[in-house]
Parts: sequence; structure tokens; C-alpha cells
Amino acid sequence: MLLSMQDISKAFSGVAALRSASLTIAEGEVMALVGQNGAGKSTLIKILTGAYQRDSGLIRFVGEDVVFSTPAQSQAKGIATIYQEINLAPQRSVAENIYLSREPKTRLGLLDRRAMREGAAAVLKTFNLDIDVDLPVVRFSAATRQMIAIARAVTQKARLVIMDEPTSSLDEREVSILFETIRTLKKNGVAVLFIGHRLDELYEICDRITIMRDGQTVAQSSMREMPKMELVRHMLGKELAAFEAIARDAGNDETKPVRLSVEGVGSGVRVRDVSLTVREGEISGLAGLLGAGRTETARIIFGVDRLEKGSISIDRKERSYTEPADAIADGIGLVSEDRKIDGIIPDMSIRENMTLALLPKLKKAGIVDRARQQEIVARYIKALGVKCASPDQPIKELSGGNQQKVLLARWLCTDPRILIIDEPTRGIDIGAKAEILKLLRSLADEGLSVLMISSELEELLAAADRVTILSDGRSVAVLKRNELSETALLSAMAHQVN
Amino acid sequence: MTTIDTSAPTSRAARLNVAQFLGRYGTFSAFVLLLLFNIFVTPNFLSWQTLNVNLTQVATIVIVATGMTLVIATGGIDLSVGSLMAIAGAAAPMIFMGKLLPIDNTGILIILSFILPVLLVMAFGWFNGLLVTRFSIQPIVATLVLFIAGRGLAQVATNGNLQVFKNPDFQFIALGRIAGIPAQVIIMIIVAVLAHCLIRYTVIGRQIIAVGGNEKAARLTGIPVRRVKTFVYIVSGALAGIAGLIVVARNSASDANLVGLGMELDAIAAVAVGGSLLTGGRANILGTVLGAFVIQLVRYTLLANGVPDAAALIVKAGLIIVAVFIQQRAKA
Repeated sequence: MLLSMQDISKAFSGVAALRSASLTIAEGEVMALVGQNGAGKSTLIKILTGAYQRDSGLIRFVGEDVVFSTPAQSQAKGIATIYQEINLAPQRSVAENIYLSREPKTRLGLLDRRAMREGAAAVLKTFNLDIDVDLPVVRFSAATRQMIAIARAVTQKARLVIMDEPTSSLDEREVSILFETIRTLKKNGVAVLFIGHRLDELYEICDRITIMRDGQTVAQSSMREMPKMELVRHMLGKELAAFEAIARDAGNDETKPVRLSVEGVGSGVRVRDVSLTVREGEISGLAGLLGAGRTETARIIFGVDRLEKGSISIDRKERSYTEPADAIADGIGLVSEDRKIDGIIPDMSIRENMTLALLPKLKKAGIVDRARQQEIVARYIKALGVKCASPDQPIKELSGGNQQKVLLARWLCTDPRILIIDEPTRGIDIGAKAEILKLLRSLADEGLSVLMISSELEELLAAADRVTILSDGRSVAVLKRNELSETALLSAMAHQVN
Repeated sequence: MTTIDTSAPTSRAARLNVAQFLGRYGTFSAFVLLLLFNIFVTPNFLSWQTLNVNLTQVATIVIVATGMTLVIATGGIDLSVGSLMAIAGAAAPMIFMGKLLPIDNTGILIILSFILPVLLVMAFGWFNGLLVTRFSIQPIVATLVLFIAGRGLAQVATNGNLQVFKNPDFQFIALGRIAGIPAQVIIMIIVAVLAHCLIRYTVIGRQIIAVGGNEKAARLTGIPVRRVKTFVYIVSGALAGIAGLIVVARNSASDANLVGLGMELDAIAAVAVGGSLLTGGRANILGTVLGAFVIQLVRYTLLANGVPDAAALIVKAGLIIVAVFIQQRAKA
């Protein structure tokens, strides 16, 4: 074995990120590493490269026990990492980048530009890349830049190249060039750790696969012996405590009027062709693997990202927003996936965070109507059961579940017609999860249309009236309530026709 | 379901450590210490004369620093304030001396010499906002444009000449008194109080804080981020303009080379010493006022005790380091 990581554990301020995770890679092998957001992939890699220190466990690389305390040390031993946004110096030439920080010198101690140029051209030639090595890196396409980064790794005598979602910004032709490069690496005995989530690509290029979930490695096998369904099942797993089925009326959903209709929407490479509908008073689920384009679809509907093709209608009227403010004016709300980055204003109070979207309606001559604001906040704190010391407590001091309730209230108090909620229960303890799902259900029963993006099968099964499944930026299936089952969801996500 | 738990704040208050105390009251403590020091050491410190000198000198810093506080609250910075002061300061005398407009009525000219220069620099503030929002240029670079070009404009407009004048009506804003209080001190108080209320009580004020606290999240709640940012640069420009008018009125002369020179740094220092985070998301107007007073008092203390102005600059820098250090400790 080239690399063997055994029983690696790591906790961040008491919260376990990795629990006895393991990973082995043989020489010249392409290993796939997959898992949902937060499964522990990047923590594992950062421990391998020395960016983080493990709490316990063993790492053996090329036959010796190693402890890397900085990324520089792991690089010196032959581990190279190629990130999504490649770490090259964009304005410097190809040759300079390939030899960055270990430039060949002449006898006078000056840069040996000729050696750099010839060496760079030679190594690029082994990847069938014939480019002018004097041009700055910024002049080349994403795929070429990636190959330059790989060439750099090769000249560093890397034994293992880690590629973090290398295909996420490449088109199909560029992907095939990248795969050709990976095959060349293999031939030279270099191992590749390939982190990705497009299943077809994994099956095409990888020899073996390691699947992570909740900080553990849940499966390790050769790619051939891992059917797609099995792979997806391992990745998504099951909540330990299943939600109790949430009661709902037995009325025929298909007769309710359509409130939101998305037709053939596309934008960039992440969203290619998505269609979905949300009827009045229903929870419409949006499922798919990481990178399938769910969050991006929500952002297009909400006017954060630009609609490039297709159409969006609300109550049968065509709509396209350029700013979230326009979507909000039309009665749409979006609870985003990442509370810290897109949701809370950490230093502001619960009261202010809750009423941010409502502020324009809370003013009298430009001044915030404090009495009404306090009354609304008190009402929602009580209705949603937000546990806090006082409405004036900074929101950053609340637990994840309580923050989520405040963000939910932020939209509910604007009295929306459509609520888009991205991973409603991410990072929330199990009790609060059921509570939030029940709340969504009762809101839907009162007529609210909910578009619920979720990676958790149980959540979709428990709460959704219909589920649209996305894969690689396309809507590939719609399951109505009577067709919903774990198997149906899994096979649709694995993109298999039964 | 538990809803409101009132027990928490007391335990939180008990955990207030020294760093947090300094973070909250440090500027005020420094101000009180400086006052006490002067009362015992500096001769004739407790006199109307001293109060007058300090108040009139601090007024323009406070006015400009108030605008700077708003800009910094959005996570930006405005380096152009000093140059905008020069522009407003150059334009006003040209107007009331009748060089610019074909109007004979001196009363109207005086009124226009208050209004037009401020409107002019507001337009420059809008230009700053445009660079920051539409063209996504970093605020420090965007406002550097007018920091450099603004003073140049003022010099070109005046041919680099000193404009000397004596015009009691115009100079009322610097030399006049209302109920014994210098007019510029009254302007300073009005500006600070209005800005304080703007931040605390108005929708735009809260939106300014939200944009500085988390711009992405702010946009997703429908806050017109670009409009909010443009607004603070316009306000900053307007306040710089008012300060420019006061300075030339006080000096009975307008020198485009000197009006507002180095003011951007004094204003930023006042904001930093006053406890507003330079990364945005917080605007402490009262702190900024205190910060400006501390800076002014330090300069006065050193001057009154025979330390040259150059040495005062070094002390000012030291103050900023201490202020930022305390802020970081209080945050952690």
C-alpha cells in the first residue's frame, strides 16, 4: 500500500468531525472519495496533507509512519493537492508556475530560464499538451490550468495527487482531457485520490471507492463491485431515529392550483434543464446528490443568480427576477442552506435578524416602528418555540436549531406565498428536526407553498407531497406522493431506469 | 415549551472580563484620564478659552468622522473626505465672491455658497458609491481616485491661488455664536445626534449595519445593498463638504493645498479609537465622537506641554494600535 490511514479521529471544539475513518490507496490506483456535505471528506484530506492535526489514528505513507504538521512537509514527501480553484499564480508564465519555489538556478545563482522553459515543455508533452510555456497561466482554459497544476505535481515527484472536485467547472471535452491525464499518471505509478460526486465519472475513471458519512468511512470496495444504488444508499444513509409519519389530509393534491412553475430553467454549467411545480398548500421536495444543482435552482428562482434560459411562472404569470428584493415583493422567501454564510447577521439581535426582510413594511416615515417590531418578534418566538434569553440576544449565541427557527420566522412574518427552504434541518438535533418538519406541514396546510430542498431521504418521505429529482443540473424524475418510497427515490437519484 | 429565559443575562454580565470592559468603556476611560491629567498638569486648562479652542478644533473632525463611521459600518472606507473638503472649501468663496455665477444679490449668493458646494461634493460621494457598487472596486482603491484627483480639481479651479476673503455672513458657520456656543459646535452636535438616530431608529440605518454584518445574507433578505452603500458615500461626501466650509470660514481663506489635508486619517482614527469595527457591521457614533475628542485632547495636551506636533502624530498612531488591540481582545 502506498498510503494507509487507520482509525483517524478528529474533533473541533468537542464536535466530532471524523470518527475512526480510514483510507487506503495502492500505487498507481485511482481512488474515489465520496460523501455528502459534512461527511468529513475535506477534514480527512486536510489531516493527510498536514493542514489539520489528527486527534488519534495512524498514517503510513510509502512504508513509514508519518506525521505531517504542515502542508509543506506532506508536499516534500510526495503528496500534491489540486484544488477546485487551482492554486497557481495567474499572472506568471506556465514555466514559472511549474517551477514555483524550486526554480532551477544558473551557476551565478540567477534564474535558469532556459532550463525552466525546456523542462516545463517536456513535462507537458508527456500529457500531450503543446502550449507556449511563456504565456501567463490566466490565458488558458480551466482544464489546461488544471493540467499545468498536475504537471507541477509531477515535477515535484508526487506519489499521490489529491484532486478535489476537479471536474466541477469543466465541460465534457475538458473532462475527457483530464481523464486522459489521470490515465497517464496511473501509467507512471502515481496514485490519485479523486473527490467527486458525478457518478458516471467515478465509474469511468476510478478503480476503487471509499464512501464517507457522518465522519466515518461506511464502505470501501472496488468500483466494479459497487452498484450505483448501493453507492447512493451508503452515501445518504438513514437517520437513526426515523421521523414519525407526519399526519396530513388525504385530499387529492393534483387538483390544487399550481403556484410556482419552473420550465426548462438553466444557468451556467450547474443548472442545465430543470422543470418543477409547486402547488398551493403543498410541500414539494427537491432531491438529488451533492452538486446536482438544487441550491443553484433555488437561487435562480429567487433572483440571486441570473436566469439564462427557460421560464418561471408564479400563479400563471411569467416572472424573472434580477434581485432577491423583487422576489420578496412577490411573496417568495428563501431560507438558505448555509446559515452562517447566507443567513444570519451574527452580531445583530434575534429581533433584528427576524425582521430584516420585513423592515421596509415596518416603517413610519423611515423610522422603524419599534412597538410593532417587538410585538411581531415576541409572537414568533412564542409560536416557533425559540429558546433564547431575550429577543435582544445576538443571534450568534443561539444553537443551530434556534437560529433556523429565527430565519424561518424572518420569512413567515412577511406572510409569503412561496417558501423555498434549503436543507431545513441541517446541523439541527433530531428533536428540533421533527419540530421544524411539523411546522412546515402545518404551514402548508394553511395554504403556503413550500419548496423543500433536502438530502435526507427520511425527511423527504416524511414531509413531501411530491419530489422532483435532479441529477447533474437536470430534473430527471418526479415522484408523486403515492409513488414515494425509499427505493424509488434512491433509484431516481442513481439515475437508473427501473 | 420554554420561551423566554431571563436568567441568562446576569450570568453573562458576571463573566465580563477586563478586555471586554476596556472594549466597551476604554475610549471613555482614556478621555477621562486625559482630562484629569490636563487639569493637574496643563496650566490654565480649566478655562473657557481652552474649551473653546478644543471644541472648535474637534468639530470638523467629528463631522467628517461621523460620515466615515457610516461608511465603515458597511465594511467600506472613504479616503476622499479630505479632498472633498478642499473642493467644497474652494467652491464656496468663488460663489459668494461672484466669480462663478452671474447673480448680483449677495444674500442669494451666500445661501448658494452653502448649498451648492455641499451638493457638488455629494455628487462626488455618489461617484465613490458608483465605483464601489456598480464596478465592484474595493472601497480603498475607489476612494483613492478622488483622494488624488479631488485635491487636484480644487487646485485647478482656483489656479492654485489662495482665496482670501472677509464675509461675516458666510463665516457665521465658523465664527458665529448661538447662545454663546460656537456655530460649528452646534453643527457638530446636530450632525452627531442625527447620525446616531439614523443608525438606531431608521430602516436605512439598520440596513447599513446588516450590510456590514453580512452582505450576502443582507442581499438575500431583499436589502438593496447597492443603494445602501451608495447612500453612505453620499452622506460622507456631504459631511466632508460641510466640514470644508467650516474650515475655510474659520481661516478667512481657502487654500486648496491645505484644506482637509490628512483629515481622512484623523477621521478613520476617530472611528477606530471610538470602537466601531473597521470590518463593518457596527456603528458607534457616540464612540466616534469620543474618539475624536481623545485624539484632539492628545494633540492639545502635547502641544500645551511643549511637545511638537510631529511627536503628537506618533502618539496618535500608538493610540490607534492600542484601540485596535483592545477591540480584538474584546471580540475573543
